[in-house]
Parts: sequence; C-alpha cells; structure tokens
Amino acid sequence: MSSVTGVSATDELPGPDGRPPLSGDAASTGRVGDRIFGGAATLSGVVVIVLVSLIAVFLIVQAIPALADNSANFFTSREWAPGGDNPRFGILEFLWTTVTASTLAMLISVPVGVGVALFITQYAPAWMRRPAAALVDLLAAVPSIVYGLWGLITFSPFFKPVQGFMEDKLGWFPLFAPTGISGGTIFFIGIVLAIMVLPIVTALSREVFDQTPLAHKEGALALGATKWEMIRTAVLPFGRPGVISASMLALGRALGETIAVTFLVSALADGSPWTWSLFNGGETFASKIANNAAEFSNPSKTGAYIAAGLVLFVLTFVVNSIARVVIERRKAFTE
Amino acid sequence: MSAITDERRPDDASVPDDATPPGGRQGRDALRQMGSPHRARNVKDVIARVVMWFCFFLAMIPLVWILWTVISKGAHLLGSMEWWTGNQRNINSDDAGGGARHAIEGTLQMVGMTALIAVPIGIFTAVYLVEYGRGKLARAISFTVDILSGVPSIVAALFIYAVWVTTFGLSRSGFAAALALVLLMIPVVVRSTEEMLKLVPNELREAAYALGVPKWVTVVKVVLRTAFSGIITGVLLGIARVMGETAPLLILAPYTKNFQRDLFNGNFPTLPMMINQDRGDFALATAAERMWAAALTLIILVLLLNIIGRVIAYFGSVKK
Repeated sequence: MSSVTGVSATDELPGPDGRPPLSGDAASTGRVGDRIFGGAATLSGVVVIVLVSLIAVFLIVQAIPALADNSANFFTSREWAPGGDNPRFGILEFLWTTVTASTLAMLISVPVGVGVALFITQYAPAWMRRPAAALVDLLAAVPSIVYGLWGLITFSPFFKPVQGFMEDKLGWFPLFAPTGISGGTIFFIGIVLAIMVLPIVTALSREVFDQTPLAHKEGALALGATKWEMIRTAVLPFGRPGVISASMLALGRALGETIAVTFLVSALADGSPWTWSLFNGGETFASKIANNAAEFSNPSKTGAYIAAGLVLFVLTFVVNSIARVVIERRKAFTE
Repeated sequence: MSAITDERRPDDASVPDDATPPGGRQGRDALRQMGSPHRARNVKDVIARVVMWFCFFLAMIPLVWILWTVISKGAHLLGSMEWWTGNQRNINSDDAGGGARHAIEGTLQMVGMTALIAVPIGIFTAVYLVEYGRGKLARAISFTVDILSGVPSIVAALFIYAVWVTTFGLSRSGFAAALALVLLMIPVVVRSTEEMLKLVPNELREAAYALGVPKWVTVVKVVLRTAFSGIITGVLLGIARVMGETAPLLILAPYTKNFQRDLFNGNFPTLPMMINQDRGDFALATAAERMWAAALTLIILVLLLNIIGRVIAYFGSVKK
C-alpha cells in the first residue's frame, strides 16, 4: 500500500555518502528547462490544493446568505421550503436517510466484501483467482445509473414480498415497522448501495490480504491451525487497517451516491410523521439536490441546496480523512 | 512442509484410531479427550470455507442479474443501423425507433474534453509527487488528492454550478459539466500515474543523470516513457469512471434530442441523460427499450475502455 501517499520512507533515506539521493530536488541543476518543468509540476499540485479549497470556500460563501435567512433550525428541522419570503429548511430528514442507508450498506457490504476478498486470496483454486477478481471489478465498471434502473425496475418488484414478510414477522420492532411505503425504502436503498460499494471493499481488502507475510501464515499452519484459524490469527489482523480504510472509502462513496438513489427514493410528503422505521421513504442529500436541479432559480433557493451539499461534503471529508489516517498508521508499521 | 503439519495434526482423519501416536499411549488418550474440541475446530473450518464460497456467489448474483437484464431488454435495438446513425429528434416517448448517435458522440466529446484538461494536471501532479515533492507541500497535495477522490459527484457539480452559473453568470453547458467531471477524474489519473512512476527503477534515472541529462529531460524521456503504457491505462480507467457519471450532467448539462457539437452553448446530449430522459416514461415499451439500449451502449463503452486499458497494461507493463 505504498501507493497511498506518494512519499515512501525509502525515498528520504540518504545515499551512501550521506547526501540526499539524486531523485530529490538536489538533482535539479537550475537549468531553465528544469525550472519550467519542475515549476509546472509544482503548479499542478498546487492547482489541486486550490481546487479542493475552492470547493469548500464556494460552498460556504454561497450557503451563508441562505442560512442567515433561514427561520428554521438548519440541523434539527425536517421542513424543506427554501425560497420565498420566509424560507424554512432543515436537513434532519436527509441526514437520517443518508446515514442510515449508508450504514446499512456497510453492514451488508463489509462482511460480504471481506468474505469475497478472502475467497479470492485464500480459498479460490489458483485458476479461478484472476477471473474471480475480474468479475468483481466488473461490478465496479457498471455505471451507477444502470444500478438505478435495475433497482427501480427489476429488483424492486422482487424485493416487495421480502419487505412484506419482514414487516409481518418483525413489524413489532420499531426499525421494521410498516409505513405503507414499498419500493424506495431506506432498507432497499441500503441494499442497492451495498451492491454498488462491494467492489470497493473487496478490491482494497484483497490487496492487503495478499500482502500477509507468508511466514505468518505458515507459522500459524505449523502450529496446527486449521485454514480458518490461520486466517483469523494471521490474515485478518494483518489486513484489519486495510479493511477499515476500505470500508471508510466505501462509506464515503455510499454517502455521496447520487443518481441510483435519486431513481429509487420515495420522497416523503410534507409533514409526514417521524418514524424510526427503515421501511420509510425519505430523500438523501444527494437525491434531494439532484431531484431539484431545475429549481435553482433564485440565489436563496440555490443557497439552501448548496448548504445541503456542503454538509454532504463535510461528511465525506471526515470519513475519507479517517480512512487516510488509518492507512497512514498502517504504513508506519509496515515500512 | 504443510504435509508434515497435517500428519501431526491430532484430529487428522488419516491417523488410524489404534495407531500409537507420537506421544505414546498416554498421549493418544489425551488426544482422545481433546477429540471433541478438535471436531469443533474442523466444523468451524468447513463452515468458514462454505461461507466464503457463498459470499462470492452472493456477489455474483447482482452482476449476472444486472447484465442479463440490460442485455435481454436492450440488445435488439443495438442491432439496428438506425441506433448507431440517428438521433431522437421529433421522437416522443411513445414512438419507437430513433438512434443514439447524438448521445454517443456527445458523451465521447464531453469525456474527451474532460480528459484534455484532467490528464495534464493529473500527470504533472503525479510527477511532482514522485519526482519532486518532499515534505509538507507533497503531503498536503497527496492529502487533497485523497479528499478530491472522495468528493461526491453531486458536490463537484454544485461547486461548478456555484462558480460557473451563480458567480460568473454563464449558462449551463456541456463544458460546465466537463469541468465537474475534471474534478472527479484528476484523482484517478494522479493515483494511477503515481503507481506507475514508482515502478520505474531508480537505476534508469541515475543512469540518465550520470550521462549529464537534465532532470526534466530524464523525467520526460526516461521516466514517463518507461511508464507510458501504465499511464495510458490509468487515463482510460479514469475516463471510464467519469463516463457513466450522471449527477453533474443533471445539474449542469440539460439534455437535447438533437445532434449538438457545441460544448459551450446550449443543451448537450449524453448517454446517461438519454437514459434519464426515457426513464421518465419507462412504463411505455418504446421508451423502456430505448432506455435499456442506451444503458447497454454505455456499459459497452465503459467496458471497452476498461478492456483496452487492461490489455495495454498487460502487454506494456514495466518489467520488474
């Protein structure tokens, strides 16, 4: 996983004479060409930093006026009526739907994804490994709009009886209480998201499981461990940080997934009662913004959607930063 | 080595019950007493094996199901010449026929423009990270690339909207959508190029320096050339990633049913938006089959890029 930062510890080791190696800045001779080329490379890097900062700045700047006009509490209100003389909007519903559906997606895709990665790296016969990995990658190549179509038209009718069955048997439990909504429920969206992020979990987990030192695995086997015990004691502990960061990246993807969710959600009517049920509808941040792209008519309305987008940006930022920190710490141990 | 391990395993079925085990008679009795926990271990082992196979086949279900759905419902339209040559002008949802040429060309043109902007920035950034960058700036760039790769497409689209439409007062267009796609493509290009540059052996660089070749010539003619096929692969995978993005198009590039080659003015046709258009009327058989055919076309384009990328990677990879 030395891929992650672009700076590896060995790069910074001094050469045999104690001076930095030639690949560092020292190799630049101050020639014009060198300065131009090096400058262009530096500039590109700086452009990337500037772009990301600009995303934050623009979203914040354009969200502030709308937030100032907002007469409802932005974080705890479930209303969404931006624009007009008395705009009232809050993100509670989107936050709940987004986080719950993504959490559900994680609960499904992480165990299955790790299982698939273990299958590919440890269990599959040698001839099967490459094709199996390619098939899982194929799942990642399917555009998300196609997942949306498939979920909406093909998978959703199939899922309805399953939901009916669960409501029948588990309806006493608040999370599974019937709400009269079928099709685009939080639960259903969670499942489709799980399928979409599965290849992310699998690809990264596969990579770390493959790097488990042979000595650890053979050591476990030599002590009489069964294959599963070997995996539990050697492969999984070694791969844990990789699995965690893979899950975080997948979570970030699930939180921000737009078009598939937009196709699937059932929007709630204004003023519908609050429920904890996973079989409720409700928009996510991304679907709300995408569904109302045509509504970006006046600045205060647009500002409300940009504010929602800002919250989504912050959410994914936090999740991705955690993934990053976990990877960094792992690097510290393995290099 | 593993054969020895297996033989010594007390619960191994190949050890007959009455054989004297390595530990002698007493040892065998001890092993007998341990028999039941060992059986539990074996059972667990078998269960784990079954679960892993199950996970794999579970993951294959949606893949097969999706591909089957799209192919069975959309393939027949792709067989007609009209699909590849016509557009959707004056064709309503309940009319059959029409082509997707406008959308295919539009999508290719848009991702072409995206690549034109994203690839130089991406490659130069990767060159900086691998060949030049040390210390704080490199870390900051590397961190922001990670953050950028996690930015949801809808947020990228909102950002471009906030700049392009709200701040500069320009109208929505294919180019605005391409700018949003640039944000999504840069991190893919940076990461894959970085990987490839790191695979280039340091000896090559040192050999060039020893001949007195300036650093930038070394990077261009030695490092980038050695890693060339890998970089192409990364670029193709990056294009494949942004080709299917719909959210930015939804916000920034309204759909048109006509041929439209102007990225800078007016509505712009793309495959995802064509799917989205016909999705509104998917209850009509005519719209539904167009929708699935457009989805299949999109998948084929994405897969083609993936396959070409992988073939190039396979034949041209840096030999270790």
